[in-house]
Amino acid sequence: MTKKPPKRREFLFTASYAVGAVGVGAVVWPLIDQMNPDASVKALASTEVDVSSVELGKTITVLWRGKPVFIKRRTPEEIQEARNVNLEDLPHPEKDEDRAKNPEWLVMLGICTHLGCVPLNDKGDYNGWFCPCHGSHYDTSGRIRKGPAPTNMEVPKYEFVNNNIIKIG
Amino acid sequence: MSDQEFVPKSKFGKWFNDRLPLLSLANHLTDYPTPKNLNYWWTFGGILTFCLITQIVTGLTLAMHYIAHSDLAFGSVEHIMRDVNYGWLIRYVHANGASMFFLAVYIHIFRSLYYGSYKAPREVIWIIGMIIYFLMMATAFMGYVLPWGQMSFWGATVITNLFSAIPFVGEGIVAWLWGGFAVDNPTLTRFYSLHYLLPFLILGLVVLHIWALHVPGNNNPIGIDIKKPSKDTVPFHPYIVIKDAFALLMFLIVFAFFVFYSPNILGHADNYIEANPMVTPAHIVPEWYLLPFYAILRSVPDKLLGVIAMFAAIFVLVILPWLDTSKIRSAVFRPLYKQFYWILVIDVLILGYVGAMPAEGLYLLIARVATAYYFIHFLIILPLLGLKEKTIPLPLSITEPVLGGFPNPSTVRNKESLH
Repeated sequence: MTKKPPKRREFLFTASYAVGAVGVGAVVWPLIDQMNPDASVKALASTEVDVSSVELGKTITVLWRGKPVFIKRRTPEEIQEARNVNLEDLPHPEKDEDRAKNPEWLVMLGICTHLGCVPLNDKGDYNGWFCPCHGSHYDTSGRIRKGPAPTNMEVPKYEFVNNNIIKIG
Repeated sequence: MSDQEFVPKSKFGKWFNDRLPLLSLANHLTDYPTPKNLNYWWTFGGILTFCLITQIVTGLTLAMHYIAHSDLAFGSVEHIMRDVNYGWLIRYVHANGASMFFLAVYIHIFRSLYYGSYKAPREVIWIIGMIIYFLMMATAFMGYVLPWGQMSFWGATVITNLFSAIPFVGEGIVAWLWGGFAVDNPTLTRFYSLHYLLPFLILGLVVLHIWALHVPGNNNPIGIDIKKPSKDTVPFHPYIVIKDAFALLMFLIVFAFFVFYSPNILGHADNYIEANPMVTPAHIVPEWYLLPFYAILRSVPDKLLGVIAMFAAIFVLVILPWLDTSKIRSAVFRPLYKQFYWILVIDVLILGYVGAMPAEGLYLLIARVATAYYFIHFLIILPLLGLKEKTIPLPLSITEPVLGGFPNPSTVRNKESLH
């Protein structure tokens, strides 16, 4: 190819393709983005839970954004067990102090980080949770100890509105 | 092929055919020369076409009564079962039809593996077939979600969560698939939309699959190239049509047995419990036709690698025409391949079995060995076997072994020495 004559035409081709690509992108994006969580789903961002009736050692499960959230009132032994763990033994090292601001109350998403099943309470090799789907074991702080799950169960943003009410989200 | 020479008899036919050659197409399909030694394993293409049409027709009618909403879906399925005229029949045919569809497609795929139908010049037929198979799995998975039972909900949760294994963008992709923060109504409605769409994509691909088949013509049980048309072929109509029809009737007996005598045996009882996002059933299993892949997923202890292994199990099939280095198509002439073929069949059956069992102890060990062997078969045994294997000499034509006594390698060698 010689350099000079087709330059103007090549420029026009490239410019046309570029404008065309932007146009296609602008049309396709709304069609893709419509599948993302919509405004009504996002609006259900926070839930308030009254935990005054939860007995020591018991777990309640509440729904937040369509997901189960475990709220566990831990016994002193369970807290002790969670805090005594050597961080080097954990696949995903996190201190229990960082996961439970108020040690008596453990609030976390009740969703196995493997493939999203709901683990069973007070089961498994570490007295915490056990996921029946693919066999992940969690300890009394909801940290992964054994099995295919890659990370600890997630702690959502939450706060104590007063002594009895927890606001999640 | 005699397509070009075809001239319709009637004047109107000729006038129409000059403008849209539909009659030429019909003529091509009826006269299409097929190897005369095709056995009953070759009837599953026709059976699969029947299955696809059955699923589309029953699906269309179910769609007139089903309601895609998380509050109403479960109830609307029970409404179909109890109130809609023949609703129970249409739904049972649709639900069991999916299983029958997969039964037929597995036989069809394993027939291709045995007789080397995926090899040159039929690679494109094979790849289109694999895309169809993949879309079938996607369609069946989304269809299983629609009744909104416990297995629907948790199956959807587990499968969509596979994408969360993708580094960095995984969580975003999963939220996008769900349209929320968990499987919920937006997920159900989009699955319904796609479950309606995909069968028509499959139908389009089936047309391409058959078109690509009609270029080189059918493979056959002895896997040699044949001249078309010749004394080795018979026209598709009536010879193959009547054989396919007979096989279809036999297949329908099995189909009808499931629909009328054990319509729920292939499903899971937990799916008659309405979806509950708070409780996971104790033992989640996918439908039977996905179990081998589920076993592969669970046999790998790492989340991302497990997902990769599962998709790789399908991908090795796509590139199979280039993994198998042997030029000989049919296992009839490959004594070693024949043995490895049956080991693979058993391996996949074992994977299916352990996929239904809890992933622990001995089952997990068996799943790991079977998964390893699955990949060894395709990635190591097949490439090496094509180079090392001593094959049995091929006959010169389909007719020859019949006339010369089969198998009779000596006559083959004599004839070859004449050339």
